[in-house]
Amino acid sequence: ASCVQHRLVVRDASSLQIRQLYTCLDQIQYLEWSSDSLFILCAMYKRGIVQVWSLEQPDWHCKIDEGSAGLVASCWSPDGRHILNTTEFHLRITVWSLCTKSVSYIKYPKACQQGVAFTKDGRYMAVAERRDCKDFISIFVCSNWQLLRHFDTETQDLFGIEWAPNGCVLAAWDTCLEYKVLLYSLDGRLLSSYRAYEWPLGIKSIAWSPSSQFLAIGSFDEKVRILNHVTWKKITELDHPATIASKKTIVYKEVEKSPTVDTERLSFPPTRALASSLFSTQSKYEVSQVPVSLQYIKPVADRANPKVGVGMLAFSADNCFLATKNDNIPNAVWIWDIRKLKLSVVLEQLCTIQCFQWDPCQPRLAVCTGSSRVYLWSPAGCVVVQVPGEGDFQIVSLSWHSSGDSMLLLSKDNFCVCYLEREEV
Amino acid sequence: MGDWKTITVPVLSSDSKNILPYTSERKRSPTSMNSQVLRLSLPSSKNMHSFFSAFCTEDNIEQSISYIDRELTTLGFPSIYAESKGKELNLISIINCINELLVLQHKNLRAQEEVEMQHLKLGSDMDHLQNCYAKLKEQLELSKREIVGLQERDRQLQSKNRNLHQLLKNEKDEVQKLQNIISSRATQYNHDMKRKEREYNKLKERLHQLVMNKKDKKLAMEVLNYVGRADGKRGAWRTDKTEARNEEEMYKVLLSDYEQRQKQLLLENAELKKVLQQMKKDIISLLPPQKQKPKERSEEGLVLSDQEEDIGELNKENMWELSCETVREQLTNSIRKQWRMLKNHVEKLDNQVSRGHSGTLNEKDVISREDHELETEKLELEIQQCKEMIKTQQQLLQQQLTCDDDTTLLLQDCYLLEERERLQEEWSLFREQKKNFEKERKSFTEAAIRLGLERKAFEEDRGAWLKHQFLTMTADCKSENVTTPSSDPDIRLMKSASRQRKPPSVLGAPVSAEPCQTSPYIAQNSVASENPAADNMPNLWVESDDKEETE
Repeated sequence: ASCVQHRLVVRDASSLQIRQLYTCLDQIQYLEWSSDSLFILCAMYKRGIVQVWSLEQPDWHCKIDEGSAGLVASCWSPDGRHILNTTEFHLRITVWSLCTKSVSYIKYPKACQQGVAFTKDGRYMAVAERRDCKDFISIFVCSNWQLLRHFDTETQDLFGIEWAPNGCVLAAWDTCLEYKVLLYSLDGRLLSSYRAYEWPLGIKSIAWSPSSQFLAIGSFDEKVRILNHVTWKKITELDHPATIASKKTIVYKEVEKSPTVDTERLSFPPTRALASSLFSTQSKYEVSQVPVSLQYIKPVADRANPKVGVGMLAFSADNCFLATKNDNIPNAVWIWDIRKLKLSVVLEQLCTIQCFQWDPCQPRLAVCTGSSRVYLWSPAGCVVVQVPGEGDFQIVSLSWHSSGDSMLLLSKDNFCVCYLEREEV
Repeated sequence: MGDWKTITVPVLSSDSKNILPYTSERKRSPTSMNSQVLRLSLPSSKNMHSFFSAFCTEDNIEQSISYIDRELTTLGFPSIYAESKGKELNLISIINCINELLVLQHKNLRAQEEVEMQHLKLGSDMDHLQNCYAKLKEQLELSKREIVGLQERDRQLQSKNRNLHQLLKNEKDEVQKLQNIISSRATQYNHDMKRKEREYNKLKERLHQLVMNKKDKKLAMEVLNYVGRADGKRGAWRTDKTEARNEEEMYKVLLSDYEQRQKQLLLENAELKKVLQQMKKDIISLLPPQKQKPKERSEEGLVLSDQEEDIGELNKENMWELSCETVREQLTNSIRKQWRMLKNHVEKLDNQVSRGHSGTLNEKDVISREDHELETEKLELEIQQCKEMIKTQQQLLQQQLTCDDDTTLLLQDCYLLEERERLQEEWSLFREQKKNFEKERKSFTEAAIRLGLERKAFEEDRGAWLKHQFLTMTADCKSENVTTPSSDPDIRLMKSASRQRKPPSVLGAPVSAEPCQTSPYIAQNSVASENPAADNMPNLWVESDDKEETE
């Protein structure tokens, strides 16, 4: 599904054929599929309206108007039948039910990055709240929206919460002024708290491993600390230095190939080949010899939210690899082998990395840097894929299909789908 | 000495004063002091004669003689006068005196030489000592200066050290101060933040009230129709029951998670225990000699034996099902003990090895080392021999390969001749063998012919017998049919003729059927039937051909 201005276009994922076309009242700001893929919600924040469309019944429609309360965020509940709207200034979260037309309110939600978290199985929802200058977490049962637990957290200013994939542990972390991670069990007991250091800027990003065994914490000191789920103590620190000296790390460097018009490429009609080779530069990966020094950027000292530290973390689906990005070295993706807790690969790109995402099925990583190429890495090697087409297609973000067969590449105005062929075994 | 003699002999009187110049002449000593002394009294040889004449002239002979006599007597020599008081000179005593004087002169000269030598030696020793002394003084100076320099450096370094310590302390203080500042600022900021937040909350509340008051008339939500729930259930009221159920479910989820984890941990534990057991067994197996020693000690014997028994018990199979503290502790303790014993054992071995290397009087080791060395020597010798052999072989090969062309050709020719001779030998052998084979074949064919003839005869007899039988039978049956004995021979002749004709025809058929190799046999048969003489092979061949042609 994609939206253009105020129109919603639904396409088929394998053929990109247009299936449905809907028109909304205003420019759509946010789009989300329901969990059973039957409904799509379109949120228009300016007007404060959320419209829901059905895929099976194109005539069915639903409109939710927040009125003067305004709308800041909207999302589906895991059962696909409730919509949670966050009103302006985070006054409240309204839970609209599509089945019963009933409304519930959650008061005093916290205005933070990740204030609402659902468990993977969709049973429970954790909401961060703040009353009287104190942080609280409420756990609701999603089936009937009953409050299960309500407890306070020892944080200064709760920044985010995230459930572990097994749904039993909730990680809550503090603002970047304080390095603190609190781990709560499902029934609200504090299992453990972890604090690495006191004064410098703290946590920038957090990721759970898919087996809930590890919690990776990326912080502003350019390190990732991994906690284990048995003792909730740090098992290792992964450092991101600017010079890589270890002989066991492979460094792939993206190198620009000079554009050549070679006659081997007969698959394309010659004119297009000429055009693409003249206007777009080809690039490929080269293995650099260790020691390699990466481009290190020292951040401006007096700005808030400096581009320092580990800003992006992602575990691979098979729990074997962890991909990180150190914002000081914005062109490199660091891939760590979790079984050995060592740095295994570094991908050095030509431009700043915008986004990377692991394939949901295999240990494959797709990286985009804002150029018209998507980069794929797997333990077998890495490859540069050029998006064919005239003109520049600057990929800003990407998203994998849940089967791992195709990938959605988004630029500012366009998107394209990249299909990956499966090897015949 | 020679000089001195030639001068004094003509003049009998010797002047003691002249001794000095002579010695000085003889000894032009290099030393400064001696030369200084002697140069003062160094007359030239030209003045010798003048001296002689200065003392004793023709005028004062007697005076000079008496003077000399006086001198000599004062020196202890006998008088040169004759005993009688006259002015007669005792020549013998004069000569003796002269001799004595000469001897004295020699002695004095020698003594002087020695003294001068010693003088020189002492002088050189002195010089040497003075040099040494000067050098040592210099060294002392140098070392004193060095010491001073080092002391200075030491002082500087110490002062630097102190400075650095001071700096470090200052920095630490600063850090502490800054931390305090930060913490105070942080608390201040927190306080301010809280204040602002409260204000903000108040505003939010106000806004919320306003928003809620201004209830929009229109429905906040319009849906075309209700949508069924995802799981098909109907909505339920919120009651205490549902709350309790929620709690239950939540606890169930937690419990299942914990149970799963516990299962995993149990599995891990079991595996680790197995591994530990295995390790323990291996360690115990590695230490057979050690085990006996502790048992010998009577003091700890009981305790250890108990522990051994415990260990035996622990080794039972159902051990790892027990996971209570004591069992676990026992296991780990026993493993630690065994490991320590193993470590000691290994250390002892290491010591032994190192002692062996350092070559102490540990006989076993020494002997074994000697053996080892002998063996290595033997092996080295063998290697040498092999290498030499290889070298010689290589040389030979090289020679072969890099010979002159002529020699190679000759060699090749030789080889060829050799081969040819060999081949010829083989040919002759082959021919002989062939002949033998032919002979054998001939004999076989003869045997076969004979056999054939015998068979023929046998067949003829058989046929005759059968005929006879038949005839007799028919004769018995038909007594009218007269079979005259005369006809028998006819019949017999006929039969023989027919028989004779038969064999060729009988044999003729096989001739065409069988290959030519057997034809000689058959040809021979036919030949033999007519002409049973054995012929030569070539003749046989010819005849057989003829025979075949005729047939």
